[in-house]
Amino acid sequence: MRLEKLVIAGLGALIAVTGVFSAEAVAQNEQFIPMLVYRTGPYAPSGIPVANGFRDYYTLVNKRDGGINGVKVTFEECETKYNTKLGVECYEKLKNKGPTGAALVNPFSTGITYQLIPKAPVDKVPILSMGYGRTAAADGRVFPWIFNFPTSYWSQASGFINYVAQQEGGLDKLKGMKIAHVYHNSAYGKEANPTLQVLAEKYGYKLTMLAVDHPGQEQKATWLQIRRLKPDWVFMSGWGVMNQVAVKEAAAINYPMDHFVGNWWSGSDADVIPAGKGAIGYKSTAFHFAGTGFPVHKDIIKHVYDGDVAQANRNNFGEVLYNRTLVNAMFGIEAIRTAMQKYGNKPMTGEQVRWGLEHLHITEGRLKALGMGGFTRGFEVTCADHETGGPIIVQQWDGKKWNMVSDWVPTMRDVVRPMIEKAAAAYAKENNITPRKCMG
Amino acid sequence: MEILYSIVVAPFVDMWTSPVFFSEVVISGVLTGVMYSLVALGFVLIFKASGVFNFAQGAMVLFAALTLVGLMEHGVPVWLALILTMLVMVALAIAIERLMLRPLVNQEHIILFMATIGLTFFLEGLGELMWGSNVKMLDVGIPSESFEVGGILLNEFDLYAAAIGAALVTVLAVFFHKTSVGRALRAVADDHQAALSVGIPLKTIWIIVWSVAGIVAMVAGIMWGAKSGVQFSLSLIALKALPVLILGGFTSVPGAIVGGLIIGVGEKVAEIYWGPLVGGAIENWFAYMLALAFLLFRPQGLFGERIIERV
Repeated sequence: MRLEKLVIAGLGALIAVTGVFSAEAVAQNEQFIPMLVYRTGPYAPSGIPVANGFRDYYTLVNKRDGGINGVKVTFEECETKYNTKLGVECYEKLKNKGPTGAALVNPFSTGITYQLIPKAPVDKVPILSMGYGRTAAADGRVFPWIFNFPTSYWSQASGFINYVAQQEGGLDKLKGMKIAHVYHNSAYGKEANPTLQVLAEKYGYKLTMLAVDHPGQEQKATWLQIRRLKPDWVFMSGWGVMNQVAVKEAAAINYPMDHFVGNWWSGSDADVIPAGKGAIGYKSTAFHFAGTGFPVHKDIIKHVYDGDVAQANRNNFGEVLYNRTLVNAMFGIEAIRTAMQKYGNKPMTGEQVRWGLEHLHITEGRLKALGMGGFTRGFEVTCADHETGGPIIVQQWDGKKWNMVSDWVPTMRDVVRPMIEKAAAAYAKENNITPRKCMG
Repeated sequence: MEILYSIVVAPFVDMWTSPVFFSEVVISGVLTGVMYSLVALGFVLIFKASGVFNFAQGAMVLFAALTLVGLMEHGVPVWLALILTMLVMVALAIAIERLMLRPLVNQEHIILFMATIGLTFFLEGLGELMWGSNVKMLDVGIPSESFEVGGILLNEFDLYAAAIGAALVTVLAVFFHKTSVGRALRAVADDHQAALSVGIPLKTIWIIVWSVAGIVAMVAGIMWGAKSGVQFSLSLIALKALPVLILGGFTSVPGAIVGGLIIGVGEKVAEIYWGPLVGGAIENWFAYMLALAFLLFRPQGLFGERIIERV
């Protein structure tokens, strides 16, 4: 009897020990990516599709590809409520998780990004603020740890002006036109102002800037000014409830909706649905396509949802912000894959991923291989250029879905890049940073 | 000198030379003010009956609107969804009385205020848990076409909102001043123990007033939810009601409407004529500045009961 107990105990111990070791071995082959999400609070309507997009893409990589070169992707959500303080707490909580710590962080909030910028070089965790955050961070000589490709707020504003010029028959037609910028009265909302001002001086259009205070539920005064001003075009940098109210108010004053263009954070499904028919014709910029017609979507249905389309739709499948985070998650994964080419197929440290981000080259062929051919555009990051100034595309709401209504519109690199370098130099001086030298 | 001109003279010249636009600004302010009053009314009701500032009023607006739209999304017809939402708000009032207010009878007002902060978090969380956090479109059939009258643009929805607000204020004013329940409510607000000693059923009164406040919250939720979609930020609308309350008085139903109108018109005029001088977006803080100015000279607000304390 005693011997029997000893054998059972011995076997139990053996199973436990091998289990622990095998679990440890699996954990050692995992790449951890923190997820700062906001599924609750006033910005949840935007935060939910974002969180679902990240989750689905990471799951797809694990299920379809078996991870990144055999290294499984793990992630953990932390609720920020789009609150900067909570966002920083989440970052601190998650930055050391996983066998090599956080590979990179996607703050998905300009406010949180601003707070994390000084922490990135200290903690050695790179920040991927895709199309948001501090635009000046595009200068990799001053901000080696921050990446905001494929394009930035300033490039976007110049792309919008190029789009207006295309619609009006050329840049020379801008002279004497009236353009209004309705913006969220925050660091994010103000980002486009300097570019629009510089371009107003260059091309001779009259720029009016109208700020809307957080949260933006009441905008009658703003739209009365628009009604009086009668601008030829309105550009909007809104977020959350501000977008829904603005679209509704624009319709209420009978402003021609096809001349009202939101930036890429003002063009999600949630922004237009509450306005009903009034939103028809409203446009917004983007740097990827809307909808579910790409092979990556078929892969997600097959591998993540086991063919359950209804369940996928409940998780915002194919919505604009969902698609945007598929692109964002893909950029992060491809940066890790790039880093592995140099450091080997094992979990990467933040420092190694930073190298991967800086040497990221997304080709059209690679996009096709990932099921994203034509979904977004390729680019190449360099040591000095962490933004790449990619083109924008314009989408329009038809009452049921977003349709792409322009070709890829180039941004004005000749105007924006010198502005970025000037702003980055000022930041470097203010913070006693010696810009590093970039070859080539 | 130029700055002085742009502050003191130019705005008035602008108003004088563009009277149609100025009229549009004022009318827009009036209609917006009514919307603020709808939210402020809920605060007034509870303050009148219990002397407590109900921090949870904004969350009640959100909760009522979420319940209504959630029921409609499940195929319940509008009329039935409205009735069911009212019943939910009454049930909520009974639960609040049983679980929150009854154990706190005769406690300091600050204790009850703290309890309403807790209630805010509970209602926001419960609403999101039950109905989700996505923006929901709310269409209860109120038309929203715009039309011009003498060059002034009006929106049908705003006019309906004003009519509903005016009707609600009238009904509540009559209820408070002409009915025995209304008088009992005021007695309870003055002194819980004295009201109890003359046979006023405190528990029933509290249930009635929280129920009415819940239904007023539902009306506010419908009007604001139809404008912006039903979403979490509806609970922040309470911030717009605060200056209205300070200005109109925490205990006056007509004060809520007059305060709303003054704040509505004041913030629109300030934003349009003086806003551009400082980069715009002044309407939020201007409303509080206006309320603060009133507070200095008339702490009880325009229509509030005068504060008399024996020392």
